[in-house]
Amino acid sequence: MARMKFLCDADRCIECNACVTACKNEHEVPWGINRRRVVTINDGKPGERSVSMACMHCTDAPCASVCPVSCFYTTADAVVLHSKDLCIGCGYCFYACPFGAPQYPKTSNFGSRGKMDKCTYCAGGPEADGSQAELDKYGRNRLAEGKLPLCAEMCSTKALLAGDGDIIAQIYKERVAKRGYGSGAWGWKVAYKETVAL
Amino acid sequence: MASKLSKAFRALAFGFVALFAASSLPALAQQPTSVNPTAQSVKEEQLLQALKPGAPVAGRISIPDKQAANLIQPGRDWRAFNQETLPKLGAYSLIGIAFVLVAFYALRGKIRIDAGLSGMKILRFGALDRFTHWLTATSFIVLAITGINVTFGKFVLAPVMGPEAFAAWAGFAKLLHNYVGFAFMAGVVLTFLIWVKDNIPNAVDLQWFAAGGGLLGKGHPPAKRFNGGQKIIFWSVVVGGFLLSLSGWHLLFPTAESIEHVQWQATLHGTTAFVMIAIIIAHIYIGSVGMEGAFDAMGSGEVDLNWAKEHHSLWVEDVMKGKRPAGNAAPQPAE
Repeated sequence: MARMKFLCDADRCIECNACVTACKNEHEVPWGINRRRVVTINDGKPGERSVSMACMHCTDAPCASVCPVSCFYTTADAVVLHSKDLCIGCGYCFYACPFGAPQYPKTSNFGSRGKMDKCTYCAGGPEADGSQAELDKYGRNRLAEGKLPLCAEMCSTKALLAGDGDIIAQIYKERVAKRGYGSGAWGWKVAYKETVAL
Repeated sequence: MASKLSKAFRALAFGFVALFAASSLPALAQQPTSVNPTAQSVKEEQLLQALKPGAPVAGRISIPDKQAANLIQPGRDWRAFNQETLPKLGAYSLIGIAFVLVAFYALRGKIRIDAGLSGMKILRFGALDRFTHWLTATSFIVLAITGINVTFGKFVLAPVMGPEAFAAWAGFAKLLHNYVGFAFMAGVVLTFLIWVKDNIPNAVDLQWFAAGGGLLGKGHPPAKRFNGGQKIIFWSVVVGGFLLSLSGWHLLFPTAESIEHVQWQATLHGTTAFVMIAIIIAHIYIGSVGMEGAFDAMGSGEVDLNWAKEHHSLWVEDVMKGKRPAGNAAPQPAE
């Protein structure tokens, strides 16, 4: 089985935010929640770089570890998903996540959190693949249709890569070798405890 | 009119051209012949190394949620605390206090009234005293059970109840915890206000501790309205309750906080909670099965006179002489 990963080539990202928009539209993500976001480092200075970031689907994910109701599970493709039926909206996964991926719709008074929402790697949730219930809770399940996450599929500069970790690492390595520079596979050390050797 | 306007336009246009020429010429002259795109580029590696431990890698973001500007933030330390240190601390404190109390009961037994029941009652805690105590006590017990559920529920209850039933209970417990927290905060504030004047440590407490507080050995050292041990409970509730309220408040309303701040509050909340739970279990023991006549103080509010004379001799003297009212509410007439 493939080990699915994201890799953002920061030397190609032009901060167009199309990945953010595509994700929000594809999954009809609620107002106020962004499953994917683009962060610009050293904004306006020489060497400025933008990185598109979402849930990295960590190896040995911290969110799953701290969840008091064990609502997380890892699929055969190593995608970290969760059950909104079990989630109690306690916020612990947000405290533990190194990438700030889990977010909560504000559903009631006193700012109490609703069910957590995060990037699903376009792989839905525990409901039957492609079902209406899955679409309502988690958004589209593209992986079950044999498609990769939409954010990476439609990236205009192909900065954002999604797919089997070994393959996208190889693509990135070839790019770096050809152009002679690369700022690194952002978040890989934290998420996968390994990085792409350049 | 028209000629004036066109004159002004011409002047403006000339100004712009002059400005553009002045600013662009030196810039063109400075343009390097070849561009090195890697010069001063941001390497993830360098950024992570340059950071202070625990600080996030942050940048600029164009969406309203400014917290999302943190690209990579700390988290693994808190995970280790939450999943390893805190459950250990909790287990040790709960099992530890249970062991101590069972051992104490086995060795010392129930602390009896040496002189036996007198049949005469003296008002110890008035209506306000008892309201404050039970407001704080019931809310604390609800918070303790629902709080322990967050740390231990998934290990202990979930395998028995099944994931769906446990998640339903945990969701209800979370709501209880969030709302009952406000009752506890009110209880802690009231506790402080009505009892602080009798809980200032003094020389009598030193004698009380030196004599083993009547817990160890024979006889009862003198004490005023609250003895040294009770003062420890009081200050634990006030200080522990304040820390729990403060950190709990920050966890309830985390919108403006950084992630490290929230992690720190969660650490403080869990640690203080388990220490407080152990202290309160000991308090419940000595106020119920551990000591004859003690429960009446917070039950009916009236204690046996002999119990009062043995445990709070100086207080009884003050009340008898009419130096102070007995409880924190209008004393009821003796029957």
